[in-house]
Amino acid sequence: MDTLLMQRRRFLQGAVLATGGALLTTRLSFAGTGGDSRLVVVIMRGAVDGLAAVPPYGDPDYAHLRGGLAIAAPGATDGALRLDNLFGLHPQLTFLRESFAAGELTVFHAAATGYRDRSHFDGQDVLESGVIVPHAAQTGWLNRALAARPQAAGHGAERGVALGSNVPLLMRGPAAVASWAPTKLAELDEDTLQRIADLYSHDPMLGQRLGDAQSANTMAGDESSGMMAGGNNRYEELIRATAGFLANDAGPRVAVFDTTGWDTHANEGGARGQLGTRLGALDGALRKLKTQLGPTWRNTAILAVTEFGRTAAVNGTGGSDHGTGTAAFLLGGAVHGGRVISDWPGLSAANLYQQRDVNPTLDVRAVFKGTLVEHLGVPAGALATVFPDSESVRPLRDLFRA
Amino acid sequence: MRDSTAAAIATNRFGLGARPGELAVCAEDPRGWLEAQLKGPPPIIPDPALQSTATMVATIDKVRAQNRLLRAGNPATAATGDARQNGQELVAAVMKLGEIYRPAYVGEVTARLRLASTTDRPFIERITQFWSNHFAVSVDKAIILGVAGSYEREAIRPRVLGSFQDLLMAVERHPAMLLYLDNYRSVGPDSMLAVRAQERAGKTLGINENLAREIMELHTLGVDGGYTQADVTAFAKVITGWSIGAAGKGIQAGGTPGEFYFRPNIHEPGAQSVCGRRYSQAGLDQGQSVLIDLAHAPATARHIATQLARHFIADDPPPDLVNKLAQVFLRSGGDLPTVYRALIAEEAAWWQPLTKFKTPNDYVISAWRALDMPIDDARKVAPLFASLGQRVWSPNSPAGWPDRSADWDGASALMQRLRWADEIGQRFGATVNAVQLASQILGTTLSDNTRVALTRAASAAQAVTLLLAAPEFMRR
Repeated sequence: MDTLLMQRRRFLQGAVLATGGALLTTRLSFAGTGGDSRLVVVIMRGAVDGLAAVPPYGDPDYAHLRGGLAIAAPGATDGALRLDNLFGLHPQLTFLRESFAAGELTVFHAAATGYRDRSHFDGQDVLESGVIVPHAAQTGWLNRALAARPQAAGHGAERGVALGSNVPLLMRGPAAVASWAPTKLAELDEDTLQRIADLYSHDPMLGQRLGDAQSANTMAGDESSGMMAGGNNRYEELIRATAGFLANDAGPRVAVFDTTGWDTHANEGGARGQLGTRLGALDGALRKLKTQLGPTWRNTAILAVTEFGRTAAVNGTGGSDHGTGTAAFLLGGAVHGGRVISDWPGLSAANLYQQRDVNPTLDVRAVFKGTLVEHLGVPAGALATVFPDSESVRPLRDLFRA
Repeated sequence: MRDSTAAAIATNRFGLGARPGELAVCAEDPRGWLEAQLKGPPPIIPDPALQSTATMVATIDKVRAQNRLLRAGNPATAATGDARQNGQELVAAVMKLGEIYRPAYVGEVTARLRLASTTDRPFIERITQFWSNHFAVSVDKAIILGVAGSYEREAIRPRVLGSFQDLLMAVERHPAMLLYLDNYRSVGPDSMLAVRAQERAGKTLGINENLAREIMELHTLGVDGGYTQADVTAFAKVITGWSIGAAGKGIQAGGTPGEFYFRPNIHEPGAQSVCGRRYSQAGLDQGQSVLIDLAHAPATARHIATQLARHFIADDPPPDLVNKLAQVFLRSGGDLPTVYRALIAEEAAWWQPLTKFKTPNDYVISAWRALDMPIDDARKVAPLFASLGQRVWSPNSPAGWPDRSADWDGASALMQRLRWADEIGQRFGATVNAVQLASQILGTTLSDNTRVALTRAASAAQAVTLLLAAPEFMRR
């Protein structure tokens, strides 16, 4: 076991060294073609249990710490889907496992933002604002990055789209973004819409929103049925609209949507159960997204991230409480995947963060920065405003196919 | 003192949007109009068809017990080995739970809208909804669908004109909260039950810190309130045993089914230290003592003052004002009417109308009041709130719905409102004179631009749509 961890550490040191030197000048040529790249950010609100989504089945402390939540080793009934000798994927994540085999999924583990307390709301704020102090910024890192990104010719004014009634903090800011939600109510007629636009001519905020809504509606395409709040169709409309926006060459390049239900304090379940069902639903949705994106998948990267992890040990009610380090995912045709990137800290009592959580060894901002620069062609010089006060967090490089 | 701009603020920002005629009455003395509403017991919802939480939880327990029997293998079907039939019965049993929750939810949502759209004490109703959201439960958890409404009626509504301490105590003891944040089965690791489980079955039971954390972070001190992880853990131990009564035999039994019940056998014994204070009381007293101290902590006063000022004055209320309000809260021992009076007396509250963008909930209720609409199809009420982006009692976290414009003013959300406004215009255009109604409900906040647009509308229906779409109707 020790050797395994050592190897992992050595591997990562290699990666870190590689990100040292002239990383900020990489892929300058790519920046020119970055206009075709698509990015989807899936915000998993509620703190996803990284030890369930990406079980470190090879860690000697894993099984007893987790009790009924533990996922069995690969090969056993309901066992993890093997990634390497240490990590597997939750058995419900079958699409992610196929993507890993196809070299289109990179998994990060023991990852966290710079936030070290355990409030969902502050944690999400930091995850989205890119600023280390909760509620210190009114704009999100992704929007600031979009504003800094050179705009490719020939596509619309909106650089991104938020799928949902309202725009999450991640996407608020100076760059124009659209928002879209499914509807069942009938459309207004042209004349009434025009009159409402006149009503809003003295109200910049409402005028802007109305204009955004009109352009978003034409792009999302078919909107025959409303999205159900729960159930199996939970993601269907959302995925269809996301694909509709991103596959459109004149449309936004970046889409963001929320997923919820990850705050598993009780009855979390192991291979089967509440969390497994939710992971499975998201996995299925991502599979559909790939299909619906068609050839656009090749240029697409999907970042699935959460605000923090959960306690290493099972709690008193078959669940887990708020923790620190967790897993994150980078998926898509543009991704240089088939890898787990982690300086795994181990789960022995001495190695846990505050004797209870996975010790974070990777700052997710390194992943975000690498994605912005290499995939979206955001100028490296802009990173200082996108993620203020984080110079020591170097962008991870080589996350994407050349 | 007659003041028509102040009346627009009183009816829209402090109230729930004017009903026809309300603005004129309020304008005689806007502050007095609000203060008068603080007198007398809070309004209740007089609907005998609505069930109590205890009845609902007891019913759910019964159905679940039947389900457990089914899962263990129905003797009738097990004998024939017909696993498929057994499975179908299980599915039917789960459906049955939904059939219990859903009508209760629909009834509660409708009753709430009925009161909000007709009450002549709209300030109290807004306050009630504020506290209900401050102490949020969410129907995202299936069982809460059955009890969210009764929780508001039982724990919140009767106490919004009392002390914060009483309100807090009622909320944290209420079965809906204990279910929502998992505390009902959080077990002290050294409690009688945990020790026995360890000895007899080698099973380790323990705490669930969900409720303890959210009480400190969301209900009282606030996230910057100075507590630590150790305080959360200790407090979670303090409130082990705060649970719900259940019928039957065995370890679950005890108390009145569906009502608050303190279970001594899962309570962590011994003294605990929370936020620098030692609590050596036994049993239920220990948790009550911590809650009382939390209710009167300066950080709590500050947190509540900020939330109230944000809701009633502006997204980012002036810090001086928040400080002042926090002082009033502390000095009055958390006497809520005293705090509300301070809010009304605050000059800054009256400087500017229309500082807040309406939430979908505000928007629907204010439209209902403005047009004096009947509720002719109860089945449509709950889906309406959902389609506008704010399904009643369904915030996606225990923090409740957010309370700033940026959280609600998305393009798509606006478009949904406009589509609904159009539908309402078509339904009520024939019976409503939008031009007259506009000045009746908006008073001096009605702009010339909107007035002209309403006069020139292509149809009476379109005029109603434009009134509901107007910038001054989108805000409060």
